[in-house]
Amino acid sequence: MAGCDCNRRGFIKGAGAALGVTAAAGAGLTAYAMKKTWDPLPSVVAAGKVIVDVSGMEEGQLSLVEYRGKPVFILKKTGDMPSNEKRDVVVEGNRYTVVIGICTHLGCIPAYLPGESMFKCACHGGEFDSSGVNTFGPPPKPMVIPEFKIEGGKIVLGEEGPEYKKLMAMA
Amino acid sequence: MEIKKSANVGEWLDQRLGTTMLAKVLMTEYWIPKNINFLWAFGVVLMTLFALLVISGMFLLMYYKPDTALAFNSVNYTIMQEVAYGWLFRHIHAVAASVVFLVIYIHMLTGIYYGSYKSGREMIWISGMLLFVTFSAEGFSGYMLPWGQMSYWAAQVITNLFGAIPFIGPDLVIWIRGDYVVSDATLTRFFALHVFILPLIIMGIIGLHFYSLRIPHVNNQEGEEVDFEAEARKYKAGEKKKAKVIPFWPVFLSKDIFVLSVFLVFFFYLVFFHYGFAMDPINFIPADSMKTPPHIYPEWYFLWSYEVLRGFFFSADLGLIAFGIANVIFFLMPWLDRDPAVKPAAKRPYFFIWFWVLIVDLIGLTIWGKLPPTGVNAYIGFVFSILFLALFIILPMISKAERNGGAK
Repeated sequence: MAGCDCNRRGFIKGAGAALGVTAAAGAGLTAYAMKKTWDPLPSVVAAGKVIVDVSGMEEGQLSLVEYRGKPVFILKKTGDMPSNEKRDVVVEGNRYTVVIGICTHLGCIPAYLPGESMFKCACHGGEFDSSGVNTFGPPPKPMVIPEFKIEGGKIVLGEEGPEYKKLMAMA
Repeated sequence: MEIKKSANVGEWLDQRLGTTMLAKVLMTEYWIPKNINFLWAFGVVLMTLFALLVISGMFLLMYYKPDTALAFNSVNYTIMQEVAYGWLFRHIHAVAASVVFLVIYIHMLTGIYYGSYKSGREMIWISGMLLFVTFSAEGFSGYMLPWGQMSYWAAQVITNLFGAIPFIGPDLVIWIRGDYVVSDATLTRFFALHVFILPLIIMGIIGLHFYSLRIPHVNNQEGEEVDFEAEARKYKAGEKKKAKVIPFWPVFLSKDIFVLSVFLVFFFYLVFFHYGFAMDPINFIPADSMKTPPHIYPEWYFLWSYEVLRGFFFSADLGLIAFGIANVIFFLMPWLDRDPAVKPAAKRPYFFIWFWVLIVDLIGLTIWGKLPPTGVNAYIGFVFSILFLALFIILPMISKAERNGGAK
């Protein structure tokens, strides 16, 4: 009889362990699924990539692109504008300034002044040069360069290409 | 137990649910000390405000649309202009959401002043602090729903804070938002949190908070240790004047209802005549991800911790660490206060000064939290922030000194 009890106990222990493992696995998978429900949806991820054709841009022209809910300034530099090896995006031999158009002070959107070749923030008077580097006022650092990749005459925002990595390595 | 034929509904229920016993445990034989003042009524005031929030919220929910294209108009046009008394429910909801924090702060500071967080009352304090944290999350998630400019940018700034967490920060921010910026996915999940998940958690913690009071009982003005069983026996024997306790119902609640009535006069005065303070004008501009308002500031009740964040104006990382500490440090009150004796601050000379300096500092942080962080304001904010942290560093020392006889 003792052996019988022992087997019963063994069975209950085994069944308990099986129940515990199954329940834990189920809880783990459920938590994983719950986590995944909050990930950006495929449509959101797809919309997070913006392709801009810059081949038709004029020198000195600024285009404004919306990228991941933020404004991105793309400025085709003229010969008069100083080049900046650490920040210029070179596409087919032409130099472009590509920055997220948000003042690094408190997040306002600076305006581009073509006559003076600079960006000026109306909120607190911060100024940035044609490369997006802060030159005056409260902004603590240059405007941020978004992740990009160059494909022929196009700039793809939202992917990290070798040119982007090179700029980041120099920064 | 044999079920007998009952003479009335009360008896019928009692046989099946033990309602007589239940009423005794929760109401007529739940003993409250006599030696308390009006500040002890603020728990019931909070419960009432929570009920007002739930009820007004249910009616707002019937017309609110959690969609970035529809949310703003569903609040500002449909609820405010079309729904009969929609404005009333919105103003009750907005004013209660603001005032509930005022009452929470009074309730918390009462606990700190009278030392009601120690000697067996730690769980009351911790469950109360959990309620403060969940109410904060509830306030923040609700603030997003009208989808105005302040809703949007407050959400943007607060979710951005998580980006400073080492390694996982940037991914965590995108995960919380469900997008690279605050967007429709963010709005719908915060809606789910605000109208169901968080209220459910709050109700659970309220249950825990009440339960945690049952064993150690409510503290009193002198921190006197009352023998509740002996005093309850006196009361039940008819010596109501000699007993140091009264039953929760009907005696304690009758006083509470008086305080509550006074409070509700003030509350509905705000709802009908001065609701503006709870409705930021910038939030009547629809959310625009391409245009940041020049000054972003939280509602008044978050200003003190926001100022601790900004106070370290020269280092965003230090500010975040200080902000993190400010948000959890009150949880540790029972352990930072090294004097185990339960006494009001008035009987603890060092702690008395500490308490009032804390109040002044919290008010200072609140005022400077609203001012633009430029020029001399940045330095004043820094001083208040440092003082806040310093208060909690010296608390163990001064309370230890008092325990060792410094206080007589």
